[in-house]
Amino acid sequence: MEAKLLSEHYSDDSYIGLEGYKSKGGYAELKTAFKMKPEEIIEVVKQSGLRGRGGAGFPTGVKWGFLPKNGEPRYLLCNADEGEPGTFKDRVMMERAPHQLIEGMIISGFAVGSHKAYIYVRGEYMDSVRILEKAIQEAYAAGYLGKNILGSGFDFDLDVYRGAGAYICGEETGMISSLEGKKGQPKLKPPFPAIQGYLKKPTIVNNVETLAAVKYIIRDGAEGYRKYGTEKSAGTKLFSVSGDVNKPGVYEVPLGYSLMDLINNECGGMREGRKLKAVIPGGSSAPVLTAEETGRATMDYECLAEMGSMLGSGAVIIIDETRCMVDMLKVILHFYHHESCGQCTPCREGTGWLEKIVRSIVDGNGRLQDIDLLNRVAENMKGRTICALSDAAALPTMSFIQKFREEFEFFIREGRSQVKG
Amino acid sequence: MFELSPEGKELVKKELARYEDKYSAIIPSLYQIQKENEGWVSPEAVDHLSELTGIPHSHINEVLKFYTMFNLKPTGKYHIQVCCNITCSMFQARELTDDLCQKLGIKEGEVSEDGRFTVSRVECLGSCDNAPAVQVNETYHDNMTPEKMDTLISELK
Ligand SMILES: Cc1cc2nc3c(=O)[nH]c(=O)nc-3n(C[C@H](O)[C@H](O)[C@H](O)COP(=O)(O)O)c2cc1C
Ligand code: SF4
Ligand code: FES
Repeated sequence: MEAKLLSEHYSDDSYIGLEGYKSKGGYAELKTAFKMKPEEIIEVVKQSGLRGRGGAGFPTGVKWGFLPKNGEPRYLLCNADEGEPGTFKDRVMMERAPHQLIEGMIISGFAVGSHKAYIYVRGEYMDSVRILEKAIQEAYAAGYLGKNILGSGFDFDLDVYRGAGAYICGEETGMISSLEGKKGQPKLKPPFPAIQGYLKKPTIVNNVETLAAVKYIIRDGAEGYRKYGTEKSAGTKLFSVSGDVNKPGVYEVPLGYSLMDLINNECGGMREGRKLKAVIPGGSSAPVLTAEETGRATMDYECLAEMGSMLGSGAVIIIDETRCMVDMLKVILHFYHHESCGQCTPCREGTGWLEKIVRSIVDGNGRLQDIDLLNRVAENMKGRTICALSDAAALPTMSFIQKFREEFEFFIREGRSQVKG
Repeated sequence: MFELSPEGKELVKKELARYEDKYSAIIPSLYQIQKENEGWVSPEAVDHLSELTGIPHSHINEVLKFYTMFNLKPTGKYHIQVCCNITCSMFQARELTDDLCQKLGIKEGEVSEDGRFTVSRVECLGSCDNAPAVQVNETYHDNMTPEKMDTLISELK
């Protein structure tokens, strides 16, 4: 069962432009929001149970509540850097419904008292940049952006910033550094961005999907939004599904939805009727699930956490029986090694070691003790760095070894993959 | 000596005023340079940008080297970027890249003799439902196969 809240009109081309968007109820919630007090909006967002859709799943209303309660200028930044391998839902959202994001941002900006916001879009997404810039122009011309919006007395400026290719700029403090015209290196927290962010001012960073969802919380109220999802994972979520299914794509379902149903109903089942071997449920940094675990998994924060994995960005990668897990881990580790910004020794050195060891196994030079070595290196990379990229390389490594150890052992013993002759 | 066109200089000026901090103009300006300088940012171009903006070149260089979309050497007219990340590698992206390099007679990162092509492996392009995904300059191409690649190459003059 798809639950189309955000994505109801994504297949309608006219929804991209302002007129089409308005004819489908666009900017109605902005008017509703302006009749509320900012604190009331924050409270409704808290009550709704909305959690950040960018990866960490932090409660949005709570994050907003961390801002200082004074008139100090503050920024709202939309994280559209979308770099977690397997993730493509933000691109679809920006290209199919730019005004939905803009409306969500104006409401969010009003709630947190920000008058200046940026959408940080990854450099490769030129189409998204063009579509957003056009929509922003339309919104200014129609009086939804700028001074005294719809006579509310609220001023709000919005602009787009185009990144230039660096996964680490998706990490919120890396993104802030990048927007400040520096290398996109993460900064030590605290201070958290809500206290000291862009240009040292209080800053809220939220994902595209999080900000767009705010519109629907205003429309349906906290209760209405909670009709979807579970107690701890309220609402709907857009999943980017790729890999060995018949119909890969972006699907919006209520949180708590069965992973097998997502594969079989939304995605048309396994390609060429092959057998499922594994699923990476939340982007390449999420620990892998076996077929047996997949059969029991529901797509919500708590179930996947209990299984030792995570919902992450909602990037679901489906893997069938013909895939070599050793080779897949090599690809994943190459990525994290390449993207490590190098500030922290455990991450810089650790990602390098992990990649090197798995590469030597794939090249036929593995030794049985390499398996324990991988675990030891990974263990030492966890929880000791400025940002979570180090863990993002360590955790999948440990899960691949734990759950597919036999395949690693076979590769080392025979010098070839167990599944690819 | 490299110098931006009058429109390019105008763009730099606009970007300097567009964001709260003038340093935010570095990335957009580097994109403009790359567009006007055969797809790469040369040391002379960095000097030029430093002069235009008053930002020290050491800082511009740091930024330039951090981001993968800036090229530090000349590239072909068409920069063919093949995603070889997780989903694309499941659908033969690496084989596709090797095949392409062989056909063009170049290694990754090199420019073909006629100056038309450079091939690079890149990380997830956010188009995994169309794996393998390829980006040529700013344009995405979906579900690439060796045959589709042949057609594409013959169309890119
Ligand atoms: C290495 C790394 C990469 C990240 N990449 C992204 C990203 O591409 N998009 C995103 O929204 N969040 C990303 N995040 C999470 C952000 O740091 C931040 O938590 C998020 O933007 C907050 O928004 P949310 O609460 O709405 O999810 C990343 C985090 C890490 C550690
Ligand atoms: S953990 Fe890795 S990516 Fe993150 S700041 Fe440290 S070195 Fe950079
Ligand atoms: S893995 Fe290739 S586009 Fe995402």
